[in-house]
Amino acid sequence: MNNALQIVYLIPLLPLLGFLINGLGRNYLSKTLIGLIGSGSILGSLILSIWVFMQVKDGNTFVAEYFNFIAVDKLVIPFALKIDQLSAVFLLIITGVGFLIHVYSASYMHEEKPGHFGRYFAYLNLFVFSMLLLVMGANLVILFIGWEGVGLCSYLLIGYWFKKQEYNKAANKAFIMNRIGDLAFLIAIFWLIARAGTVSFDELFTAVNLAKLSASDITVITLLLFIGATGKSAQIPLYTWLPDAMAGPTPVSALIHAATMVTAGIYMIARSHVLYSMDAAELTRNIITYTGMATALLAATIALKQNDIKKVLAYSTVSQLGFMFVALGTGAYVAAVFHVMTHAFFKALLFLGSGSVIHAMGGEQDIRNMGGLGKKMKITYGTFMVGCIAIAGIPPFSGFFSKDAILLSAFMKSPVLYAVAVFTALLTAFYMFRLLIITFTGKFRGTDEQAHHLHESPMAMTLPLIILAVLSIVGGLVGIPEVIREGGDKLSAFLAPAVSSMPHEHHLSHSDEYLLMGISTGLVLATILAAIMVYRNYQRKEATGFAKVLENKWYVDELYDRIIVQPLHWLGGFLKDIFDLKVVDGLVNGAGRLVNYGSRQLRLLQSGQVGSYVLLMVLSMVLIFAIQFFLRK
Amino acid sequence: MIAFLLILIPLATGLLSFLIREEKTAKAFAFLASLATLAVSLLGLTLMNSESNLQFIAPWMSSLGSSFALKIDGMGQVLCLLTAIAYPLTFLGTWQASPKNANRFFGLMLLAQAGMMGVFLANDALLFYFCWELALIPMYFLASQWGGEKRIAVTFKFFVYTFLGSLLMLIGILYLQSQTPDHSFGLSAFYKLKIPASEQLWLFWLFFVAFAIKMPLFPFHTWQPDTYEQAPTATTMILSGVMVKMGLLGLIRWLMPVLPLASFQWGDVVMILAVIGIIYASLVAIRQDDLKRLIAYSSIAHISLMAAALFAENLSGTQGVMIQLFNHGVNIIGLWIIVEIIERRYGTRKISELGGLAQQAPVMTIFFVVIALANIALPLTNGFAGEFLMFNGLLSAQSNFKVVFTVLAGLGIILAAVYTLNMIRKTFYGEAVSLRVPVTELKLNEQLALGLIVVIILWLGIYPQSMLELTDSFSKEWFSKIDVSYLFRK
Amino acid sequence: MPILNYIILSIALFSIGIVGVLTRRNAIIIFMCIELMLNAVNLLLVAFSKMHMNTAFKAGDLAGTAGTDGQIFVFFIMVVAAAEVSVGLAIIVMMYRNIHSVDVNFLNRLKQ
Repeated sequence: MNNALQIVYLIPLLPLLGFLINGLGRNYLSKTLIGLIGSGSILGSLILSIWVFMQVKDGNTFVAEYFNFIAVDKLVIPFALKIDQLSAVFLLIITGVGFLIHVYSASYMHEEKPGHFGRYFAYLNLFVFSMLLLVMGANLVILFIGWEGVGLCSYLLIGYWFKKQEYNKAANKAFIMNRIGDLAFLIAIFWLIARAGTVSFDELFTAVNLAKLSASDITVITLLLFIGATGKSAQIPLYTWLPDAMAGPTPVSALIHAATMVTAGIYMIARSHVLYSMDAAELTRNIITYTGMATALLAATIALKQNDIKKVLAYSTVSQLGFMFVALGTGAYVAAVFHVMTHAFFKALLFLGSGSVIHAMGGEQDIRNMGGLGKKMKITYGTFMVGCIAIAGIPPFSGFFSKDAILLSAFMKSPVLYAVAVFTALLTAFYMFRLLIITFTGKFRGTDEQAHHLHESPMAMTLPLIILAVLSIVGGLVGIPEVIREGGDKLSAFLAPAVSSMPHEHHLSHSDEYLLMGISTGLVLATILAAIMVYRNYQRKEATGFAKVLENKWYVDELYDRIIVQPLHWLGGFLKDIFDLKVVDGLVNGAGRLVNYGSRQLRLLQSGQVGSYVLLMVLSMVLIFAIQFFLRK
Repeated sequence: MIAFLLILIPLATGLLSFLIREEKTAKAFAFLASLATLAVSLLGLTLMNSESNLQFIAPWMSSLGSSFALKIDGMGQVLCLLTAIAYPLTFLGTWQASPKNANRFFGLMLLAQAGMMGVFLANDALLFYFCWELALIPMYFLASQWGGEKRIAVTFKFFVYTFLGSLLMLIGILYLQSQTPDHSFGLSAFYKLKIPASEQLWLFWLFFVAFAIKMPLFPFHTWQPDTYEQAPTATTMILSGVMVKMGLLGLIRWLMPVLPLASFQWGDVVMILAVIGIIYASLVAIRQDDLKRLIAYSSIAHISLMAAALFAENLSGTQGVMIQLFNHGVNIIGLWIIVEIIERRYGTRKISELGGLAQQAPVMTIFFVVIALANIALPLTNGFAGEFLMFNGLLSAQSNFKVVFTVLAGLGIILAAVYTLNMIRKTFYGEAVSLRVPVTELKLNEQLALGLIVVIILWLGIYPQSMLELTDSFSKEWFSKIDVSYLFRK
Repeated sequence: MPILNYIILSIALFSIGIVGVLTRRNAIIIFMCIELMLNAVNLLLVAFSKMHMNTAFKAGDLAGTAGTDGQIFVFFIMVVAAAEVSVGLAIIVMMYRNIHSVDVNFLNRLKQ
């Protein structure tokens, strides 16, 4: 094995150093320097990642062990990093997109005070560090360290503007909902330790250790891991934190809440695909499929009526993540990873584009107050449109290929599932073009001051947009379906040593495959036209009826508040004010009071009356004699 | 000799401290004394493997069968280190607090340290009991003389409560001593006892109640939030950081290996109590408005988890408890230091009256957030390794209800995140409220103390194995003593 | 004379003593009643002592020492009673000097 790969620890270490320097020196370093250190450390990781990519291209994998993190009895958890094709793909996505967003941030956040600017970059670097640790961990525990680490950074960055309690609440919500998933994840890890005795991927996925797991073990473990994934990847029932997470700065939404962190759940399941592919995991696979589909559909309907530019994108993200879970549930792991990649490109692009819009509008996020921005912001408009076409899935843009792979896999599972998936894809196209048209075309509906202020964003912001737009266009070409070109699915071939999709039970003829592609593409085009027709002359009006339910997100937040948060709040209050003070402490004090009362009663006997003493004495003596007398008999 | 020095230094300096007249001198003297203890304790770490240095036996009350026997084993190392670190941290962190009659205050503090060291090191039941009381009594005086408004009632409860437990324990100790063949109080003699199962079952509760009160476990906990609230902060730090460990040590050293059958039999009951304690304390903490009470309840939840992991009776859980004994102490002292700073500077510790401290005191905020995150066991902080191992142990327990226990105890981590993050949000974030005193940054001594704590947090978070190795052999030996599963194997 | 007569007499004397102690409040009378009870016991001791001696004599014990310890006890009790009288009377005198009364119910203030 190549010992030079031992230095892969540098990949997460560079961002960590960036975090330390920026964090400690945030009040002393200039903004330029902070930006340089922040972006530079990620660039370093990117270069190393490309090098790593080259190393594993030929099917090599590598595990680098550094020291024992925890070793108790037979359980040994080394601090080890694993490099294989799957992690290489994710490394490239994270460092690549991450680098672009760092560059973008340096410009976007320039108005911040120096100390806060440094804090921002420190958090961002810490996030990249944790995310890299997550995808490089050679065992579940290291993965979990990164897993919680990205959760922490997400919390810190959502609450970055900590003066607003609304934002802080959103941050808390994100962290706590993630923790619910994390608990399931942890229990899955413990279950694996108890049964298989190891958490290392290489050891776990060997026939010997897998044989130690019974069918029910596998069901439980895969389900628990999936619950963990629903927390991080915002699936039903734990998805409500992600739209609220838009409280963070927009580049953060692009990096964490669209491109990287939320795909951690997909990574984790793809990483343990061996478990999920087992026959015993069929129940879990079905649950994953239907949860993913339901989430995709639900989020897409909500996105139809959202008016906050970032909220639309957030629900779109939830919906796309649902698609990825459909892919995972139907065994199309490669398709899921493929969609993670293309989604990272176009969703980061869309978020950064929206950031550019918000920047130009002076912080305004409500699309009802926008309109006609396309004239003033040509680059943003153009790249945003590229993003919309890509996410809608029109060939040859990247989204088409990855979504097509997922749809195909859904069709293999059941035609009904396919129909729902296509319908959701149509909704996606509809709300994305609604967003595009309301924001960039028509008349400007904002204030005069905003109209005056409108401008295209600076180079440092538009350049990442352009690069991401190019990637959104060509990114799908790594995974051209075999039916179109023999050997076109390079991604599958590349990932094959690390992860490969489950084979389908029956095969589809080439003509059928072309037919499916044609149907979905045709319908999407029709939907886009419909969206253009509907929103061409957009007028602001109040939502009523069903639209209002959608605008209020099906009232899910309110429901959770009513059935979980408030009862817990009430229970806490009851325990604190009544149970603890009155019952538990009451018993303790009651014991004390009983002693007090008893002694007060006994004291009365000590009257000081000599006569009564003597009387008692005589009576007692008589009593003793009587007892003596009767006992003798 | 090291073991003896660890008791002698605080005892002697504590007594000497009463003679000092000047306040500043007393403070400096106490600080230096605690540093000396720390140095000796660190020296003990380096002499890990030389038995003769770590053991100390002298004749004491030999006619009663008791000797002055001390021994530093793995757990002793950890706890002595904790005690030795806790004192300088406490003194440093509360340097600005100037108690009246400083000489007596610091004298009593050091005496309590001697008592706790004795408890952690004693290998003789009578000596153990003696030191147990020696640690309790100075704490009583500290809380009742330097405490808050309701100190008299609260410390009275504290004293009666813990003393009641001690008496039950004394009965148990005397009974066990009468059962030994040569009427000895020695720990090894206790370990050799083969008490019949029927007797173990009731003897268990004599000891358990004493230790449960000290930890405290639900439902014996009500003295604790009141006492933490009323006692002067330096005392609270020692009480919560170090003294509650006496209860756990009691379980580990004096209860479970001596009465292994009963410990196995009652394991489920204890775990139920512990799990109730975790959820109960966490829920109460969510609604607390007083920072001190919030941390007190959080501590109950953490200690309960340790108790549950102990009674899971396996190596993973035990090792988790070992490292968590240390972590919990360090973390909670860090939290107290900041609460003390907030209370002293801003005149309140009500969460509802605070807010926005992060704007004026960012350094304090960073320290607090890091320590709070360690408190909720985020990976790469010290709490993670401990809680990971403890939960792992819990799920591998012998009990039939292990999955239920693990899940319910796991809810504790979620609830911990709820109350901790809400506390941070309401206290440090948001718009600054107008306080009586303008917000100021940390002073040098406070930065030093908190910085040290953060270094420990990160070190043990990234490389927990360094501490796990310290207790590895101890845990294995201990486990062989309590393991009764062979009785149930067919 | 049969022993029963002595027993009845001493029970009578003892009961009179007890009733006196219980019902009377005058310290001197109580004191006298206590003496009465002591003497009832003395009488009983002497009577039984004599009875034992006679029984032993008839059984052939000519030394005449059987049961004498009872009589010795009586002497002890008389000595103690004498000491008690001197102390007790002194207390009563002091009491009278202080509160001009020998009513024992006034003594309950001692508890305060």
